[in-house]
Amino acid sequence: MIQLKVNGAAKQYEGDGEMPLLWFIRDHLQLTGSKFGCGMGLCGACTVHVNGEAVRSCLTPMSAVGGKEVTTIEGLSAHGDHPVQKAWEHVQVPQCGYCQSGQIMQAAALLKQKPKPTDRDIEAAMSGNICRCGTYQRIREAVKIASGQKRTVTA
Amino acid sequence: MSNRIQPASRRDFLTGLFSAGALILGARLVPAEQITAASDVKDATWNPNIWIGINSDGSVLIVTHRAEMGTGIRTTLPMILADELEADWARVRLQQAIGSDKYGSEDTDGSCSIRDFYDTMREAGATARAMLVNAAAAQWNVPLDECGAHNHEVLHKKSGRKLGYGELAAAAAKQPMPHNSTIQLKKPSEFRYIGKGVPSYDLKDMCTGRAVYGFDAHLPDMVYAAIERAPVLGGTLKSFDDAQAKSVKGVQQTVVIESAKPPYGFQALGGIAVIADNTWAASQGRKKLKVEWESGANAIFQTDTYKRDLIQTAQKPQKVVRKAGDVEQGLKGAAKVLEATYYTPLLAHAPMEPPAALAIWRDGKVEAWTATQSPQDVQKTVAQAVGIKPEDVICHVTLLGGAFGRKSKPDYVAEAAILSKKVGKPVKIAWTREEDIRFDFYHSTSAMYFKAGLDASGKPVSWLQRSVFPPIGSTFDGKSEYGDDGEMSMGWIDVPFDVPNFRAENGPAKAHVRIGWLRSVANVYHAFGVQCFIDELAHAAGKDPVEYWLESLGPARKLDFKGQAEKFANYGKPLNEYPYDTARLRRVAEVAAERSGWANKRTAKRAVGFAAHRSFLSYVAAVVEVDIDSGGKVRIPRVDIAVDCGPVINPDRVKAQFEGASVFGTSVALFGEITASDGRIDQGNFNNYPVARLNEAPLETHVHLIANDDALPTGTGEPGVPPMSPAIYNAVFAATGKRFRELPLRKQKLV
Repeated sequence: MIQLKVNGAAKQYEGDGEMPLLWFIRDHLQLTGSKFGCGMGLCGACTVHVNGEAVRSCLTPMSAVGGKEVTTIEGLSAHGDHPVQKAWEHVQVPQCGYCQSGQIMQAAALLKQKPKPTDRDIEAAMSGNICRCGTYQRIREAVKIASGQKRTVTA
Repeated sequence: MSNRIQPASRRDFLTGLFSAGALILGARLVPAEQITAASDVKDATWNPNIWIGINSDGSVLIVTHRAEMGTGIRTTLPMILADELEADWARVRLQQAIGSDKYGSEDTDGSCSIRDFYDTMREAGATARAMLVNAAAAQWNVPLDECGAHNHEVLHKKSGRKLGYGELAAAAAKQPMPHNSTIQLKKPSEFRYIGKGVPSYDLKDMCTGRAVYGFDAHLPDMVYAAIERAPVLGGTLKSFDDAQAKSVKGVQQTVVIESAKPPYGFQALGGIAVIADNTWAASQGRKKLKVEWESGANAIFQTDTYKRDLIQTAQKPQKVVRKAGDVEQGLKGAAKVLEATYYTPLLAHAPMEPPAALAIWRDGKVEAWTATQSPQDVQKTVAQAVGIKPEDVICHVTLLGGAFGRKSKPDYVAEAAILSKKVGKPVKIAWTREEDIRFDFYHSTSAMYFKAGLDASGKPVSWLQRSVFPPIGSTFDGKSEYGDDGEMSMGWIDVPFDVPNFRAENGPAKAHVRIGWLRSVANVYHAFGVQCFIDELAHAAGKDPVEYWLESLGPARKLDFKGQAEKFANYGKPLNEYPYDTARLRRVAEVAAERSGWANKRTAKRAVGFAAHRSFLSYVAAVVEVDIDSGGKVRIPRVDIAVDCGPVINPDRVKAQFEGASVFGTSVALFGEITASDGRIDQGNFNNYPVARLNEAPLETHVHLIANDDALPTGTGEPGVPPMSPAIYNAVFAATGKRFRELPLRKQKLV
């Protein structure tokens, strides 16, 4: 029996400890905001926070999250108003939107660690998250707005 | 464009969405050319394609019949309607249409949604507005011309009286449908949303994890399936042992799906499905299957020898698809002759969301929830797969986590439906990335040969080009080896340069994988070859590439290729309405050059490249700046893209499409390559099929939209892609002096 917290609520899991956290979140809890993209930790669509750090849930086995606190996109903020989410809306980052839960969770973890990230910090933190629609330019901008380093959208 | 608008009967509408007495307007609108186009009978039906409902509480419901894969179209078409309706967007709700012939074509493909439905959306909105105004005038017993609609209300100007749309809905429903000829469309100065735009309807949901994609479809008693398929196209099952698979906890059973036979079309490929309680158990069970396959005829496919054959074919005379003057004569008199051969590989679509579907078979009918670009093709494909009629397939369209053409091919929905029929439960199919990359409908591989003669001043006087690629038609008839009119009209017949002696040819190639369309289709390779080769000519002539390009384009004229090509498809549109206007191409070229600062952009390691191309009836030019970093790797600090797509309806979403195309084109130029060994695809995930990441993508893409309200609105989803790879390669040449003629650049150790 594995016990953990997901978005503040106690959960338990009995089963194959090798099963990745992503499938617990999606199939067992029906929290579908965390996405499958590659299953190999290559794209970041499945990014969640485990004890406050960004991890790839597609590669994190259930056996590794016992006693941990997991936060998914659904639990990032009560009303979708985390500074990163607000900036994402302001800049209109998403196109298809599929990778954006992972992008937002990654960016939120970055800002927790580095409240005023430099361009280089942003590149280092966000290059593990693939966006096939190509919203990278707006992701850079939204991270700067979320961190209070930029206020307006440039043309 | 002539449209007919009629009231639709209540039974046509989705039940339960409207309160009693609501005004419901069904607009039977089909573009006139769809009715007259004898070539495509399936679109020539007179059925409603949009619905508006206004409730007594004032809420407006608009049914949107295009799939949302990132372009914003699910929002933009209803926005157009809402504008003409004078509706307050904040009070508009969208309802995604299910697949049904009554909508006309729902296929979200070919960058045609605005082009084909702009007028119809406007007329539908204006018709409803007229009925609301009529109802108010009748209620007040005042002349019509004293009344007007504004922001969800009708006003009587003299008395200042107002009635909200909700208050008027019941009375408006009883108004006669105004005749089409009496409908007053707004003047552009009166637009509320058109040309200004609104954010995506799904923006908030996408930022909070609430947006629902095909991968997220769920029914309480559903089972999960993972399918092991033949690794070679056309392979068949020899034997299998599922004992170990069935011993995995959570695995319920295995089911054999019959192998598809050519032509493959959209059929389910076949294989052995492991049915389980959850995704993980299904995938673990699949890993434990022991399967032997008969490889079949496509096991001979090796991309390296196939490439050699394509190139050899391109170097020999082939079928002529456009001819002007006498190329051989022109070459004889030339002061300088250049030859070059270009090659582009197979590409996979790799949308972030792999194919996924949920289907349930019930009493001889199928209901499916899926990420599809074409719910009507889902109906047809599923119907054929399980032996029922298309109208007995209900297809709900979820959001699409990217698509780029992959999700207009519903083989994965057929899989879910076949399995549900066999196991008697709702079945969820969610492909892995490996399945997505190994069982794609690939963007075609091509070889292109060019030969040109320049006169003493450097001007091109003779131009020969041959392309060879396995065509999309091969997927549907199994025999097709030549490009069709559509593929030939994507940047091959329609080379715009003013060269007196010109010949375009196309040679045969047999497909060994399923070939399909990917964002901008044959334009990807044709633009790459043509736009790089003209750059080669510029350098041979010792001229600035942009100046040379503009000189070669020649005087402003409208190209029809008559007397030179048998048919120029022009994306299915008449040339009188959508001309190939070289003045518009010149304009985007000039704007891109000017706004990028082309003239003074060169340093030792930094350089610029240029390309311009018309596709999907829009004109696009790109200037790409590259920087070779200290490690000898290519970086792209800046891209400038100039666009003439006629009037711009939703500017921020259009800009986003070109920002995205800049990145997509970078993936094509730098990274994309699918190879095969013994018919098996070698790649399987983003480690060996990389796409551009944030640190590899252009740092800045500046999109310059040229307001052209005199033209008709044209495509924006795809046209940004074609100029990108040639502009990048031309920039790399300018930076390094090395001319690379093969995609992708990764093979040259510059990435």
